[in-house]
Amino acid sequence: MEPKVITHAVATAAKSSTWKYEDGSYFCQKQGSGNNWANGFCVHGPRHEEAVSDLIRRQVERCDRLAGILTMMSVAGGTGSGMGTYITQCLRDSYPHSFILNQLTWPYGTGEVIVQNYNSVLTLSHLYQWSDAILVHENDTVHKICAKLMNIKHISFCDVNKIIAHQLGSMLQPADTVGTLGHYTRNPVGELLKNLVCHSEYKLLSLSTIPQMSSSSLAYSSFTWPGLLKHLRQMLVANARMEEGIDWQVRVPLNGQPALERMAEKTKQGFNKSLANVLILRGKDVSGADPEAFLHPGLYSSWLPAGTAFSTWRSPVPFNGYEKSATLVSNSQSLLKPLDNIVGKAWNMFASKAYVHQYTKFGISEEDFLDSFTALEQVISSYRHL
Amino acid sequence: MTQSIIVQVGQCGNQVGCRFWDLALREHAHINTKGVYDEALSSFFRNVDTRRSDGENDITSGKIRSLRARAVLIDMEEGVVNEILQGPLRDVFDSTQLVTDVSGSGNNWAVGHKVYGPACRDHVVEKVRRAAEHCDSLQCFFLIHSMGGGTGSGLGTHVLSLLEDEFPEVCRIVTSVYPSAEDDVITSPYNSVLAMRELTEHADCVLPVENQSLVDIINKIQQMAHSGKPSQVIRKESTLISGRGGVGGTEKPFDAMNNIIANLLLNLTSSARFEGSLNMDLNEIAMNLVPFPRLHYLVSSLTPLYTLADVNIPVRRLDQMFTDAFSKDHQLIQADPKHSLYLACALVVRGNVQVSDLRRNIERLKPSLSFVSWNQEGWKTSLCSVPPVGHSHSLLALANNTCVKPTFTELRDRFMKLYRKKAHLHHYLHVGGMEHACFSEAVTSLSSLIEEYDQLESTKSLLWSDAPRLQVAT
Repeated sequence: MEPKVITHAVATAAKSSTWKYEDGSYFCQKQGSGNNWANGFCVHGPRHEEAVSDLIRRQVERCDRLAGILTMMSVAGGTGSGMGTYITQCLRDSYPHSFILNQLTWPYGTGEVIVQNYNSVLTLSHLYQWSDAILVHENDTVHKICAKLMNIKHISFCDVNKIIAHQLGSMLQPADTVGTLGHYTRNPVGELLKNLVCHSEYKLLSLSTIPQMSSSSLAYSSFTWPGLLKHLRQMLVANARMEEGIDWQVRVPLNGQPALERMAEKTKQGFNKSLANVLILRGKDVSGADPEAFLHPGLYSSWLPAGTAFSTWRSPVPFNGYEKSATLVSNSQSLLKPLDNIVGKAWNMFASKAYVHQYTKFGISEEDFLDSFTALEQVISSYRHL
Repeated sequence: MTQSIIVQVGQCGNQVGCRFWDLALREHAHINTKGVYDEALSSFFRNVDTRRSDGENDITSGKIRSLRARAVLIDMEEGVVNEILQGPLRDVFDSTQLVTDVSGSGNNWAVGHKVYGPACRDHVVEKVRRAAEHCDSLQCFFLIHSMGGGTGSGLGTHVLSLLEDEFPEVCRIVTSVYPSAEDDVITSPYNSVLAMRELTEHADCVLPVENQSLVDIINKIQQMAHSGKPSQVIRKESTLISGRGGVGGTEKPFDAMNNIIANLLLNLTSSARFEGSLNMDLNEIAMNLVPFPRLHYLVSSLTPLYTLADVNIPVRRLDQMFTDAFSKDHQLIQADPKHSLYLACALVVRGNVQVSDLRRNIERLKPSLSFVSWNQEGWKTSLCSVPPVGHSHSLLALANNTCVKPTFTELRDRFMKLYRKKAHLHHYLHVGGMEHACFSEAVTSLSSLIEEYDQLESTKSLLWSDAPRLQVAT
């Protein structure tokens, strides 16, 4: 809703001389949404619905076969979160048969915007109704990757964004989903959603990619598929979001134990249960990689057999300079704790009615807040009892 | 890009405003080397073609012809405004932006608010509307005035409520200069408390400033400048109080203090004017820093006060800047936020600072500050890549903190001292429309404000348990 960032982005792209944003494919206004979800959703959304839908329709008409729409937004601000949610609703209405994948960036836990928790709660609860899946990146995690793995001393947002872009690229670049190499899927988003989102109550996806290191270290490292897969599996099991500091003590619980005991052991150990996983392998000798370890039934919930819950995609083309790289897109409990934190903080603030007048000014009432909280508590409960 | 209009009322308001325009021109001249009228300039200036005088003379792009400030100057006596119009800034204003009268308000809030208010209301509305029509997208009104006098305080607050009536969706940020304890105007407590009530009701955000704090900051800088140590030589034009490089000629008294306020406004709006990696618009200030509608008084502090002539700036200096921003010597009112309760805090960083530096300093400083229980991570951050003139980076910290309570309590005590003896009351009650009720309502409003801050502060040492969450059937 304000022009500075888009102007900068368009100019940067044009300078790169390999690609650029099409003229007229952007929309901006003069004044932002003031970090206010209600302003983005109730005011800017409806006001600019026609113009934005028009732009999207022009792009859609050029596609032979529209597989899906990927939206990218943050949840802390006003435009990305509020207006982004409104646009997702419009997209769902206009294109009911297309997949919609929302890529969300969650802010730093120690605060970038004071009302970020309110904005996050409102966004997530509303998106759950209209989106097919929500892929989450957390600034805290990516920041740690920059610091620990990439060894960057003064981390700027540019660095953070590069990591997120790398992770998205490793997920969305062409890959073969069937098993016969040489035949790439036409519909990566669709296949992803088909495999991962089997129940409408479980839509939160997280993404881990290894290896991630600075280009100077890359020259001195070599990788093997078994090594990479072992690390990635433990990252999944122990809910480690990056390759450093993995807790190797956490183990997959054995299936023979009675259910209650299993539950207690799980929460004690920090074991991360998955609903479904997609493993994407790119690089040399990819057909030789054996992801057998990911098929262990203890990793998954009991109502989905491991064979259906897990799939592997491969591509012999290395990605972004890494000779071998493995990406895991997973629908698991890994986002449970951060989500719980956000809802907890927002609830505390709501209990003292702080800042609520800023939202009611634009049309979001206290009832709307309560509805959002209820919806998210439901999601948290579902994931907790996976 | 959004535009803002400065409304300067009264002697203090106009003098501060004058310094603001001078420093704004200096800042833009420093950055805009090509002389092209760009978006950043348009937030405070219009580009006009002086050859046409039909009012339709705005040029929206291309080379700068002649800049006009987006301002309305209001004063009930002509001295200050005339001085501005004869000084070096005369080309920045034209006669359509002035509202003046002859005799002044006699340091009487009632005269300013009840007599001059209605009398020149139409004039003021017309000038403001004209200024607003020249804007593509008007975001904010900045009102600059003092609380102790008659015009700034009385007429200024009348203009504030007028702006709320005529332009309800435009944000109103008020910079108020509060009188110190030893003020030369005897009735300043009356004027201030009467004005406070208006500010609490009609402003979106108030940035109080106290003269005594400004004087302390100046003394600190001058002490540094004269300390004589060779490693501590400061670059003269980089100090917060310097107007060097601007249009103005010789420095007048109060200029140094007013420069500080001018720098406050420039830093506040920097992220809205220039680009950066984490932008903050003006409407985000009110959104993030005002949790309850009446508690909108923000304590501000500016660092660094000066740059040393030595060019090497190690990371330690950067961290020092953050630490200083929370020390009580750098605040613009006599208050100590570190030992009171924070409701919210905003950090507006300018210059070559990365997000990791910002995060590191927040982590470092957080344990020594107490935040209210429901806003433990109450930080709003903003990064603008353009530093102010003479510095490589700077920080403006805005805090909504209960440390304003002592300031208000003292003000109320000074008021009560006079009011109990009914001293000087007849000057006010003579004015049509003024009654005892105005005074008692004003004091009640101030007392309830103090009470609200008090209630929040009392939660400071309590152990707060989280509110019980909603239970969902599994």
